[in-house]
Amino acid sequence: MQYQFLGIGYLTWITFLPVLGMAVVLLIPKASTNAMKWTALIATVLQLVVAAVIWINFKPGLTGINDPNGFQFVEKYRWIDLPGVAWFGHVAVDYFLGIDGLSIPMVILTALISFVGVVASWNINKAHKGYFALYLLLDTGMMGVFVALDMFLFYVFWELMLLPMYFLIGIWGGPRREYAAIKFFLYTLFGSVLILLVMLALYFSVVVKDPATGQMMHSFDMLAMMNPQNFDPNSLLAGIGTYWRYVAFIALFIGFAIKVPIFPFHTWLPDAHVEAPTAISVILAGVLLKMGTYGFLRVSFPIFPDAILKFAYPLAILGFINIVYGALCAMAQTDFKKLIAYSSISHMGVVLLGIAALNTQGVAGGVLQMFNHGVVTAMLFLIVGVIYDRAHTRGLNDFGGLANQMPVYTGIMTIAFFAAIGLPGLSEFISELLSYLGAFQAFRWVAIFSSIGIVLTAGYMLWTLQRVFLGQLPDKWKELSDVNGRELVALVPLMVVVIILGVYPSIMLHPMSSTLNHLVDFVHKVGTGMTAVK
Amino acid sequence: MAQTIYQSFGYILPETVLSVFFILTLLTALVGKGRSKYLPAYTALLGFAVAGVLVFLQLGTDELVFSGMYAVDPFSWFFKIIFLVTGILIVIFSMQSRELEAVSTKYAEYYSLIISLTIGAFFMAGASNLLMMYLSLELVSISSYILSGFTKENPRADEASLKYVIYGAFSSGLMLYGISILYGLTGELNIYAFNQALASGTLPQVTILVAIVLMLAGLGYKISAVPFHFWTPDVYEGAPVTVTAFLSVTSKAAGFAMLIRFFKIGFIDVAAQPVMAGMWELFRGFNWTDIIAVLSVLTMTVGNLVALWQSNMKRLLAYSSIAHAGYILMGFVTLTDQGISAMLMYFVAYLLMNLGAFYVVMLVANKYHTEDIEGYSGLGYRSPYIAFALTVFLFSLTGIPPTFGFIGKLYLFAALIHTNYIWLAVVGVLNSVVSLYYYVKVIRNMYLVQPEDKTRVDFGFGTNLLMTILMVPNIALMLYFTPVLSWAQHSVLMFGLR
Repeated sequence: MQYQFLGIGYLTWITFLPVLGMAVVLLIPKASTNAMKWTALIATVLQLVVAAVIWINFKPGLTGINDPNGFQFVEKYRWIDLPGVAWFGHVAVDYFLGIDGLSIPMVILTALISFVGVVASWNINKAHKGYFALYLLLDTGMMGVFVALDMFLFYVFWELMLLPMYFLIGIWGGPRREYAAIKFFLYTLFGSVLILLVMLALYFSVVVKDPATGQMMHSFDMLAMMNPQNFDPNSLLAGIGTYWRYVAFIALFIGFAIKVPIFPFHTWLPDAHVEAPTAISVILAGVLLKMGTYGFLRVSFPIFPDAILKFAYPLAILGFINIVYGALCAMAQTDFKKLIAYSSISHMGVVLLGIAALNTQGVAGGVLQMFNHGVVTAMLFLIVGVIYDRAHTRGLNDFGGLANQMPVYTGIMTIAFFAAIGLPGLSEFISELLSYLGAFQAFRWVAIFSSIGIVLTAGYMLWTLQRVFLGQLPDKWKELSDVNGRELVALVPLMVVVIILGVYPSIMLHPMSSTLNHLVDFVHKVGTGMTAVK
Repeated sequence: MAQTIYQSFGYILPETVLSVFFILTLLTALVGKGRSKYLPAYTALLGFAVAGVLVFLQLGTDELVFSGMYAVDPFSWFFKIIFLVTGILIVIFSMQSRELEAVSTKYAEYYSLIISLTIGAFFMAGASNLLMMYLSLELVSISSYILSGFTKENPRADEASLKYVIYGAFSSGLMLYGISILYGLTGELNIYAFNQALASGTLPQVTILVAIVLMLAGLGYKISAVPFHFWTPDVYEGAPVTVTAFLSVTSKAAGFAMLIRFFKIGFIDVAAQPVMAGMWELFRGFNWTDIIAVLSVLTMTVGNLVALWQSNMKRLLAYSSIAHAGYILMGFVTLTDQGISAMLMYFVAYLLMNLGAFYVVMLVANKYHTEDIEGYSGLGYRSPYIAFALTVFLFSLTGIPPTFGFIGKLYLFAALIHTNYIWLAVVGVLNSVVSLYYYVKVIRNMYLVQPEDKTRVDFGFGTNLLMTILMVPNIALMLYFTPVLSWAQHSVLMFGLR
């Protein structure tokens, strides 16, 4: 097989490299904290290298989504295989990994942000072993979600992230860490169990022929679930536009919506982001939020195309609420980190608006926005981390006039802020433009009202910039030093990505375009009852 | 006749061996004035080991012995393995227990009672005659009454034992009354004959209903289903930890084994060809599954909600075990082989995670002298390995990947979804979310709270090894659960049914 190293596929490497790193970290004696940091760094750098190799070898133009031949770097092995008893039938679960144009940006993003996160974790000051072990486990969970194509596997990776996240927030977080950690845990577990039920319902509804034995059997294969012909006509989720299909879609929606988070389910986010240590906030905002929207595109939309066509409008309205509500909340904050947290809610609303449009521009804009927001928001949290490490406060009103004191810092921060506002020439401009363009075609008024969000974003971002950098420098901050080398190592790669994608977005849009076109086409055809397209 | 009985003895060799070792263990009290700490324990272990070999030789046996009194079939085989593993682990735990040193002159009695309870559980798993069922239930009950009050210097243990006796006597009385009604109706004590009588369709429905509800009261008490659960927290808190762990697995599993056998054999319509899995035809006229579904919802919800307020670790695990009885009952609601196999699978998970959790509770009580959840503060820094193991067990109890408890729950929910009990599945998953809160409360104390006293407390190599043996399957069986699934699927076979 192609794309293997030492007989193991690239995707397995990229997913489980962090776990190898974790094993090494656990073996290192307690006192050598530097060795642990370097191990974690090496593991994530290697992961980034594998991501780069995958990126180079990735062939644009292949479809994916429901087409097994459209996936690349595929690895498919039997994991659980039990020739069943008469009343139950064959039980089989596959270890099925593969990527298409939808997952490639997320894989790159995860590898990049994980690396940056380790750099940002350098000044963790207690229980290093536990921290880096859990961090690497979290990394595996995130990467696994983006490469898994078997729903069982997807779910296991999805849940795998919860445990390390709980401890990472709960042990290394801020003053209210316990509350934030358990709130995060309960919210996301609540969402996950709903996904679990839908997964089981899908499993028992789908009947496919086992290629090995020719028997009919149930399957967790997500690709099989996307073909309406694979549904047993007597099963719960068979047919098009039935009651139970809508119920299942909504259950799945809530599960993913909590992760995004979408308006009524968002209250865990400000707590978790504010209390988490810098690196974990970066991971949360940079990668974890994207899992929700990725779940929509990978699972909900193609498996329940009929339901998404029906619920596209409400989804767009939720996107609108996220944009405006998030922006208004951000404007009211005086805590720097909380402001960034609410701005995440607002920016994820743009993703929702884009993907709800269900046309090529909208979906491409949404996915690109997922990537761009991941990079930009990671920068923003790092920036907060930099100032917090020095001043030990995040109160926006405590600062002022930092522009002269920390010029390099100011420069980087200005780029990040302008990217978040959506200034042309920086990455988020392209993705927001595409999202709004798509949304304008599909739901004109929602798009128009949502564009208030752009103004509001500019408002709170510029106001923050003014409060922190302009005006009189308080005496107590005269000693603040500018960003150091380690912080630059974390910030500069992200800044480069922001600028490159602002100037030349095609390098990211090109690999994903045919997959997303196919997705849009597929949803419209299958969702209206026309036969599956190939 | 004599010939038949003689042949039948061949099938109860494990039980016979256990009975012999029951006496032998008791006799060890005569050696060295009964002061020997380890002799009775090793005798009991030897007994379990020999019985284990004999049980293993019975693999695949499918016979009804002693004129229909006792079935030796794959279903009871499954439970016998569970009982033996539990018995062995409990004996090993007990050898390490500080608590039991208060009654150091009575070790022989203690270990022999563990054997006698196991014998009772063996018979409960195989009993196919109402009288046999009652007798084996009583054998288990009486052994557990004595065991739970074993540390009689402790007033809580006395209270526990007394409560247990009173509740137990009352519910077995109810059950006996139910049995007498069934006997009066059919003139038969054998449940196969009861099945035939039921199939003839001439029995009065209302009387059957009353009798079955009475039976359910007796069995519900054994599995501590709400509303028959009131004894559970007090007994679990008052009894020595080892006994609590033992009761929470063996006694509960035995109750479930008997419940499943009685209902399945009693109510399946053998005449319907082919015997459809899950078509428990003779439930006609009354929606039995609703009763059990309500029982299940009550059991898990009450268990979980009350557990939220507990500050004592043993009480917390007691309520959690009530909640788990509720989860397991969900599989029973489906009345299908799939549901039963899911229940069996859950027992494997339950054994591993529950015994593991109780083992940690015992160790902590030994060295930290506390059973309060507050007392677990900083355990993650003072005894990292033990705390890590407890974390695994608690996440397994919650049912989160990557632990085997997740697979157990997955298959229970799968059975419900497959039979369209969506509402029950939803209640079930919401309950697991609630349960997360109190399990995490313990984990929070272990890791998120810094200890005042930072000295390390180590437990020694042997303890860590045993902990590893309990912990590894909790993760390994999630990554590869094929063997357990296969075993559970093949163990739903009962004698006389295909």
